Amino acid sequence: MQYFLTDEQKTIKELARKLAEERILPVRAHLDEAEEFPWPIIKDMADSDLFRVFVPAEYEGLGGGCLELSLVVEELSRVCSGVAISYAATALGSYTLMDFGSEELKRKFLPDIAAGKKLCAFALTESTAGSDASGIRTTAEKVEGGYLLNGTKQFITNGGEAELYTIIALTDKSKGPRGASAFMVEKGTPGFTFGKKEKKMGIRASATCELVFQNCLIPEGNIIGRPGMGFIMAMKLLDKSRPGVGAQALGIAQGALEAAYEYTSQRIQFGQAIINQPVVQSMLADMSIQVEAARALIYAAARYADSGAKDITESSAAAKVFASDVAMRVTTDAVQLCGGAGYMKDYPLEKMMRDAKITQIYEGSNQVLRSAVAAELRKRKAKS
Amino acid sequence: MNIVVCLKQVPGTTEVKINPETNTLIRQGIKNIINPFDSYALEEGVRLKEKFGGKVTAISMGPAQAVDMLKETISLGADEAVLLSDRAFAGADTWATAYTLAGAVRKMGQIDLIICGRQSTDGDTAQVGPEMAEMLGAAFTAYVCQIEEISAGQMRVKRMMDEGYEIIQSTLPAVITVTKEINIPRLPSLRGVMKSKSAKIPIWTLQDMGLDPKKVGLNGSFTRVVKIFTPQHDKKAEMIHGEPEIQVTCLLGKLREGGLA
Repeated sequence: MQYFLTDEQKTIKELARKLAEERILPVRAHLDEAEEFPWPIIKDMADSDLFRVFVPAEYEGLGGGCLELSLVVEELSRVCSGVAISYAATALGSYTLMDFGSEELKRKFLPDIAAGKKLCAFALTESTAGSDASGIRTTAEKVEGGYLLNGTKQFITNGGEAELYTIIALTDKSKGPRGASAFMVEKGTPGFTFGKKEKKMGIRASATCELVFQNCLIPEGNIIGRPGMGFIMAMKLLDKSRPGVGAQALGIAQGALEAAYEYTSQRIQFGQAIINQPVVQSMLADMSIQVEAARALIYAAARYADSGAKDITESSAAAKVFASDVAMRVTTDAVQLCGGAGYMKDYPLEKMMRDAKITQIYEGSNQVLRSAVAAELRKRKAKS
Repeated sequence: MNIVVCLKQVPGTTEVKINPETNTLIRQGIKNIINPFDSYALEEGVRLKEKFGGKVTAISMGPAQAVDMLKETISLGADEAVLLSDRAFAGADTWATAYTLAGAVRKMGQIDLIICGRQSTDGDTAQVGPEMAEMLGAAFTAYVCQIEEISAGQMRVKRMMDEGYEIIQSTLPAVITVTKEINIPRLPSLRGVMKSKSAKIPIWTLQDMGLDPKKVGLNGSFTRVVKIFTPQHDKKAEMIHGEPEIQVTCLLGKLREGGLA
């Protein structure tokens, strides 16, 4: 397939692949087993300018959009999506700042983010607020000299490792979701500590942690956008970031397809490579078709988001849902094709299958996103 | 610091096949790469520049296609790159190559340090670095695995010998050849790759460097490659089977037969 990528996009994709194969591949099994955060690889990514990809040029970035970010995430995930998500979460944690932050705040933080000196995280989820993000309880009370944060955020990717956190908290409890605001909070701010570090089924190289705020005073200037806009900004952010999660799923599926192809080409049973069996070929063909369809949908959704279009909810949700379901099916089939070997930790397939699952769950569960797509369908029908 | 790194483009495999009829390397289907040892030299040069300031210039003697490799050096941190290319340079042995590289260094003027890989993976001679140092009258240290200190026109390096390490103090300008223990070369950066795509790589000819035509290429070479061949492995192994006693008796018999016991 030909996606007519520009020379610059091809360069970005090739470099991400080179980094993944040379720096991540040799250590991915260890990172998964040890649940170790990949700091040396983060350093390599920073040195290779990968964190510049999604930052605007005026803040020392390369000015790429959703598509460029997706290309990097796809290539990193092809080798290890645990590492890839640690990278992607920094984009997620800085988009709100980039899109709605004050000039002063952007000047203060974006150059360091672009240089890969500071990782970011985005914190919306709480124990009472998952799919229903309006259930957040963390508060930001306006006081003399700033805002006082209180509450606990849960399941935060890059929690504990990131330096910068975009926090969604209620500035006006009486207004519900319309009383939420977004803040930039730096690690080390008094009153900001880390709670439980989660042990996970997959993406184990990534860090997932609780953030605890106890009378944490943050400067007034650290608010992103206007008070009360927090929830709307968060929804816009997730619309924009979903193609990236789709790209993560796509990369996992691509990696699994390649590993399954290699194994079935080499595995001899009944005197010949099992890839010669029509039933195996049929499975591989289905996997390949699904992967390519996911790629086409993600690139299209990412390009649509980059076009500046406002109505990206449906396309972004569709790309994420489709690609993550593909990743789950393709990795499951890949394990099946590799038989006993696929089930063993000596081979990468079982890890890919574990890693795929989260893509159906986070940044909007596929069920919630299907509802969103259905709602858009009804809206269209009502208009016609 | 003004640093020059010398690099060679080599076939990207250590298992080069030789055409048995023509005795030449089969280059079809093999991608050319930076000689792996030279990539450590480049990385060390770039690190020194980052530490002390200055400039890193990558040079290579070779055909026009080596421009691609030199562009790659820009993506890996070199500030400039120059290709030394002329029909007259063809067929150079190590001496003629060193003479040509030394000519380029002289043309550049004040250079503090020249870094080479310990050897190339295709020729494997490890001679060009030391020969160049001799021609330039510069201090020379081979097999450097760590640069310990550079200050006041002096450098102290650690070099790896078969039986241990040696710490060597030398004056600058100097030529060193480095081993792969010296660093872990970086990956290219995106900004570097983008810069390298538009980078202009000047080509210096025999005339540009004012070299003696009798001392370059095949004309200037003291050695000639008469033949390249793959050694024939026609020895046959015979497996002796059976109980240990029978195997021993059988083996002894064969050794006696061959007059070896």
